[in-house]
Amino acid sequence: MSTTTSPQTWRDWLLTDTPASRAQAAWGGRYRLWRDFTANKLAMAGLAVIVAMALAALLAPLLAPYDPGVQDLTNRLARPSAAHWLGTDELGRDLYARILFGGRVTLGMVVAVVALVAPLGLAIGCIAGYYGGIADRLLMRVTDVFLAFPRLILALAFVAAIKPGITSAIFAIVLTAWPPYARLARAETLSLRGTDFIAAVRLTGAGSARIVLRHIIPLCLGSLVVRVTLDMSSIILTAASLGFLGMGAQPPSPEWGAMIATARRFILDQWWVPTIPGVAIFLISLAFNLLGDGLRDVLDPKQR
Amino acid sequence: MKRLKALAATTASVPITLFGLVLVTFLIGRVMPIDPVLAIVGDRAPADVVAAARLELGLDRPLYVQFWIYLGKLAVGDLGRSVMTSHTVWEDIKRFFPATMELATVAIIFAAGIGIPLGVLAAVKQGSRVDHVIRVVCLAGHSLPIFVLALLSLLVFYATLHWAPGPGRQDILFDDQVPSITNFLTVDALLARDWEVLRDAVAHLIQPAAVLAYFAMAFIARMTRAFMLDALAGEYVITARAKGLSAARVIWKHAFGNIAVRLITIMALTYAGLLEGAVVTETVFSWPGLGQYLTISLLNADMNAVLGATLVVGITYLAFNLLADMLYKLLDPRVS
Amino acid sequence: MQVDIRNLSIAFPTATGLSHAVRNVSLTIGNEKLGIVGESGSGKSLTARSILRLLPRGARMTADKLSFDGIDILKADESAMRAIRGKRAGLILQDPKYSLNPVMTAGAQIAEAWRMHRKGGAREAHEGAMDLLAQVKINDPARVFGAYPHELSGGMGQRVMIAMMLAPDPELLIADEPTSALDATVQAEILRLLEDLVARRGMALILISHDLPLVSHFCDRVAVMYAGRIVEELGAGELAQAKHPYTRGLLECLPALSHPRPRLAVMKRDPAWAEGPPGAPLA
Repeated sequence: MSTTTSPQTWRDWLLTDTPASRAQAAWGGRYRLWRDFTANKLAMAGLAVIVAMALAALLAPLLAPYDPGVQDLTNRLARPSAAHWLGTDELGRDLYARILFGGRVTLGMVVAVVALVAPLGLAIGCIAGYYGGIADRLLMRVTDVFLAFPRLILALAFVAAIKPGITSAIFAIVLTAWPPYARLARAETLSLRGTDFIAAVRLTGAGSARIVLRHIIPLCLGSLVVRVTLDMSSIILTAASLGFLGMGAQPPSPEWGAMIATARRFILDQWWVPTIPGVAIFLISLAFNLLGDGLRDVLDPKQR
Repeated sequence: MKRLKALAATTASVPITLFGLVLVTFLIGRVMPIDPVLAIVGDRAPADVVAAARLELGLDRPLYVQFWIYLGKLAVGDLGRSVMTSHTVWEDIKRFFPATMELATVAIIFAAGIGIPLGVLAAVKQGSRVDHVIRVVCLAGHSLPIFVLALLSLLVFYATLHWAPGPGRQDILFDDQVPSITNFLTVDALLARDWEVLRDAVAHLIQPAAVLAYFAMAFIARMTRAFMLDALAGEYVITARAKGLSAARVIWKHAFGNIAVRLITIMALTYAGLLEGAVVTETVFSWPGLGQYLTISLLNADMNAVLGATLVVGITYLAFNLLADMLYKLLDPRVS
Repeated sequence: MQVDIRNLSIAFPTATGLSHAVRNVSLTIGNEKLGIVGESGSGKSLTARSILRLLPRGARMTADKLSFDGIDILKADESAMRAIRGKRAGLILQDPKYSLNPVMTAGAQIAEAWRMHRKGGAREAHEGAMDLLAQVKINDPARVFGAYPHELSGGMGQRVMIAMMLAPDPELLIADEPTSALDATVQAEILRLLEDLVARRGMALILISHDLPLVSHFCDRVAVMYAGRIVEELGAGELAQAKHPYTRGLLECLPALSHPRPRLAVMKRDPAWAEGPPGAPLA
């Protein structure tokens, strides 16, 4: 059985019902997932929006026509025009530039939260699930306590106690976001712990740390990725709500929620000023929801 | 009997969670860098006054003693005094919480009334255009910041169309016209048989409740759709169709009948979640509820008020979670 | 009552094109007991369910003819189908654990079927259901009436299922592996019950199973399906004359007391079986 490498046969090689090797089966599986995923137009649209907004945020200094902090009091609350694509705010600052730079704040907060919360939740969940006993009961009790608070309200109280600002907002969101991850990781670990292949790994003399790190955590990652993607929009909304309530990023930072808070008094006359950052939040959060939905359908069809 | 045991098992964990809730709130109160003494006596108070206040507040004692004192005060409903309103926090909560409950109750009624039929429709027509539209409407509900929708709603329905009255709970004209018995304005107006106040209260209630309801509706519709898809794939649905039942009866009696209990628990959870949405909605609509009280206290660093409100919301949230669990165990015949 | 199936094909759309689950099946069922035998995925259930038009979502059904007592099932509207389903033809599914509604009592489900097709109030329906429970030989109908499906044993559940399908007095009963989920001793009881009811009521029966000897013992006629086709039709007494290698293979896999074999045969499958007889259109 020799394989030639023209495009059609690559596809056939990937889609064959009788793979000749483990690698072929694995790549075939990945190709099928990718094909299912790309067939979902809404998810692809979400992915496109996320990539575009991330690029816009990264390249903000190049793309922005003005400095987001420069005021022009003679040109306050201007309508969108050729000079100011999205108009100006109450201090005459260019809204388009502020939206671009605001994307950095928002996406930066999201990345920071995810980078902290996913490993934390995974670690707590895996330890509780794998070791069981007192560790499990104690950790899950703590998880329950944190789940018992509505997310935004606990975050608000926490930020208020420290000091309003971006860093405290990030920690506050982490503090309120980890319990579902721990629950998820624990459930996955519990279902894996009793399986025969873990018993087999144990028989070969692998220690607990190796089993958890090499065999359990990799298998939890699929559902974790889905959960993170679906959680993104919730993190974005919490961050924006904190900003709106004056407990997150502080003016003059161009964080979208804070921009809406300062511009909300213009809603009746210059309605576009608070609406534009609102649209930005909506777009990015919708994009993450669409992507997460698509990923879930492909990676985790059980929990539709 | 088994049912009772299941219920007992659910309630057993509550005191521990409750204790954790109080502990977390207490600890948040103690990590703050703002000196609570200065907030009370002022920055310029002489050193001996500050020291006396510190002693009176028990702040010189070890943390666990302070926690014990805090617990003791909680047990008699003493949450301290709000610097901002100069009432006790407990009095404030009694005044503001009913307004939030009123808002959330109307919102959940809207949300369930629209969300459940939409979810069922989407599941029955899975993959059709209707399903996609409903799915996007729901996703939008999960993606839109609630304060943006609230602001836009004010712009459209209040400022442009003049359909809705402005922010607030009632017109200034009617302030204090009916006696506060329950602090639910609509109920108080009903009790006083003051129809004008009732009409005004309802008019003020509809807009913020509808905004809040959209988010709850999105969640309820999405869950209903997922549960219904699950139920419709059941063998018993084939049995019901093989019996020659009408499509409506197969869907509503057999498939929906199987998810009704799960939906009730979802509603209880959503209701609890509405408390969170209320914080932001109330701020935009100047609705004098617990959410607005919380945000104003936050901005004024009025920690007693913040912690009191947080604790009350946490306990309510916990109570609804418990209620959801209990309803499930009581109503579902499969639990035994 | 006569069911006519001519050239029935059922296919499902997949990523790589249509996947054919039933290919060019033709069958005539009169007032008799017909067995349809085949392994999982051979298309036996789909063939039987097409008579009630109860196919899974997305299934594409084509046929030259598909009729129930002269009613064209391919063209009938939903209300005409509902007049057949339950009323004239019942369907018994494999596992009562899943096929009974878990949140309705057994009695309520039987009474619902009773009321659907007969005139009468709640009281009559209750009496009718109790009577049906007695007919399926349940000793304490009152207890079973008020029980939820998870409170009943598998055999008991299947009796409830049968009672429910008998409620409107159908002319045809389709039993889709009615005993596969049950213990061996209970299997025999349920089959004896079915046999008895079919004989007493003069119903036609389609019994779907993967158990060839059981079916041939029980039915007048057996159709053997393989990969979506009927490969052989036999009278029940003619098993010994089976010609198709698949049928022969099935029979040879069985241990028998009369002529013991040291080792049972393993079926060797010929890919040509799935292709159908020479000259058949490749659906």
